Amino acid sequence: MNVLKNAAVVAAAALITAGAAMGVCAAEPVAVEDLKVGVIYVGDENEGYTLSHMTGIDAMQVALGLSDDQVIEKFNIPEDESCYDAAVDLAEQGCQIIFGTSFGHEDYLIQAASEYPDVEFSHATGYQAATSELENMHNYFTSIYEARYVSGVVAGLKLAEQIEAGVPTDANYDADGNLKIGYVGAFSYQEVISGFTSFFLGIRSVVPNVVMEVKYTGSWADQALEKETAEALIADGCFLIGQHADTTGAAAACEAAGVWHVGYNVGMLDVAPNYDLTSSTNSWGPYYTYAVQSVVNGEPIDTDWCKGHTEDAVFITELGQNVADGTEEKVDETWAAIDDGSLKVFDTSTWTVGGETITTTATDDLADLYFGVEHISEDGSYFMESEVGSAPAFAFIIDGITELNQLY
Amino acid sequence: MHSREKEPFVRIKRRDNIPLMQCIFIWAAAIALSLVVCALFIFAVTHSNPGAVYRSLVDGAIGTGRRTWNTVRDTSILLATALAITPAFKMRFWNIGAEGQILVGGIATAAVMRYWGGNVPTFVLFAAMVIVSILAGLIWGLIPAFFKAHWNTNETLFTLMMNYIAIQLTAFFSIVWEAKKGSGTIGTINQKTQAGWISTSFLPDVFGKFNYSINVIIVLAITIFMYIYLKYTKHGYEISVVGQSENTARYAGIHVKTVILRTMALSGAICGFTGFLLVSGSSHTISTSTAGGRGFTAITVSWLSKFNPFVMILISFFLVFMGNGSTQIASEFQLNESASEVITGIILFFILGSEFFINYKLVFRKGGKEETA
Repeated sequence: MNVLKNAAVVAAAALITAGAAMGVCAAEPVAVEDLKVGVIYVGDENEGYTLSHMTGIDAMQVALGLSDDQVIEKFNIPEDESCYDAAVDLAEQGCQIIFGTSFGHEDYLIQAASEYPDVEFSHATGYQAATSELENMHNYFTSIYEARYVSGVVAGLKLAEQIEAGVPTDANYDADGNLKIGYVGAFSYQEVISGFTSFFLGIRSVVPNVVMEVKYTGSWADQALEKETAEALIADGCFLIGQHADTTGAAAACEAAGVWHVGYNVGMLDVAPNYDLTSSTNSWGPYYTYAVQSVVNGEPIDTDWCKGHTEDAVFITELGQNVADGTEEKVDETWAAIDDGSLKVFDTSTWTVGGETITTTATDDLADLYFGVEHISEDGSYFMESEVGSAPAFAFIIDGITELNQLY
Repeated sequence: MHSREKEPFVRIKRRDNIPLMQCIFIWAAAIALSLVVCALFIFAVTHSNPGAVYRSLVDGAIGTGRRTWNTVRDTSILLATALAITPAFKMRFWNIGAEGQILVGGIATAAVMRYWGGNVPTFVLFAAMVIVSILAGLIWGLIPAFFKAHWNTNETLFTLMMNYIAIQLTAFFSIVWEAKKGSGTIGTINQKTQAGWISTSFLPDVFGKFNYSINVIIVLAITIFMYIYLKYTKHGYEISVVGQSENTARYAGIHVKTVILRTMALSGAICGFTGFLLVSGSSHTISTSTAGGRGFTAITVSWLSKFNPFVMILISFFLVFMGNGSTQIASEFQLNESASEVITGIILFFILGSEFFINYKLVFRKGGKEETA
């Protein structure tokens, strides 16, 4: 089984590089007025993740000038065979391109894609488009780690200011004198791990002596549980809380306890006006506009699409009123360095695993995490997050971060 | 000679027998009324013409070839589940556990598909899937029956609890077999090879590219079998006697324990087989939502049909039709999916409510004229 899997992933990596060069065979152009776009959402507007995709679809609709009946949206489609029903139904309604937004939708979209070769299928957060051998199957994601790093810088500046002022008490430090912060995550896998690591590295670029405790909720959206988890971390002495889940539970806990908070997906200033610093967030509009425009032009869509701040696909939300002085300038400076490539978020000189600097991921020991694929750049200077495939790949738990539990 | 109190304006009287035509009339009236109430609801939330909304309902259920097949597919699964629980219910054994029995059948099928798919001849693969799914469902049904037969435990609670175990087992295997570490979903089993998928590709191309004709044929066969089994066999007779009164059954020399065990074994086996149909014949995956509440909806179907397998075809088709159709309403009129559940709920409420008028009649005081509703 494992050998097969490895072979498949290696093939995937090869195909991705080849895919761009080969150019997937282009379809006929489609007139804008004949266009129909189908979207499959895992939730609805009551949940941040889906809301951000809906906003992206709206932006695409405006950019291309589509009427409402040209965009067919299906809400609350679970990650099971009902996704297949939804996808083929959209295809039969005449959609030329169909988007699926949740990780577990992927297999069902692939199945639909194999049955409707003339329809383009795009799947957010997935990883199988390249290995599916289907020209009409695509994956997309954003380089959200860039925004998480910048939100970490915002947090780091606040921590530096507070340490200077002597606000943290003994309870906020561990035995080695490191300031403790906490992180509420959803599940123990790459997307979340990559997220909190970049956030942590952003903080540590400002304040070196910080450690982070991560606690998972095992759910993407559970307001009460996220609040409880944040409360547990606060009780443990965490001086600031970051998070990767879909509700404002952690923000509410922080505001109540007077603990600094950094959010995700949406600005949370209305929930935590005093203690929320900022949120990292995705903007899906650029991708949706790109993909649908490609259909209109009859051009091939990238098999793996992952863009960051340079394409306006990620950003941080409005800064809170209590951020440290000079935050805005530092944020602009960091963005500029990320945009021009001089700053690599996963610079291997800034983190270690078990005391060692990582020089390769293509080893047997790491096959469980990386399937033998090399993610470290050729000169060994950084981890090439989202360059091999569009979905996050970083799976190391680096020194300074402790997982309090693991939930899949 | 009797000074009696004033007769109430309306009294409720039990009906002994109701002609079929009248029964159908009451149902039709209930459905018509429920559609009126639904129309009011729809108008209140969408301000659009209820006529257009009902057109989209029909469109959603049978608007395209594919949608029709989906409706037929879902109908056959619901029907199979209803048929499975019917012998138990007729025996007054409240098998609330169809959900779990389907799931264990599905897990067993998925296991065979995963581990044997592509390694053994197709015939062996299918034989193995059918046998293990039936065995799994049978065992899941027999456990509560054994406790009921020997210690008279409460089968409603017992089968309900067995559901939770089955759901947790499914969640467990979802992680053991997950497609990617951390995802918690199995995804499509044997997507590339399609090993162990019920395929209709060898059939002449009369139904078009996508069809579930094999599922339908199998379930129709079960329907006929169940009709004959309940109506014309000794077993069927014993089931109805035990259902009427266990004491009578005992007096008549029927071995009640055996009947309970045998009937639940059959009930569980068909549920397990339904799990096989779901996993191999349509969804090609297994998750905690695979049974999708059908184990409970099937009770409504069985009960409304008065245990008549042929009436069950109609009822299950109607329920699935409404369910599939109302998702289209939600999509077309920018409503949340919950709106379609409200609509299905209203209709079910009226249909279940109509049972009252089938079992009882209202007798009005005026003029001694007996008016029935």
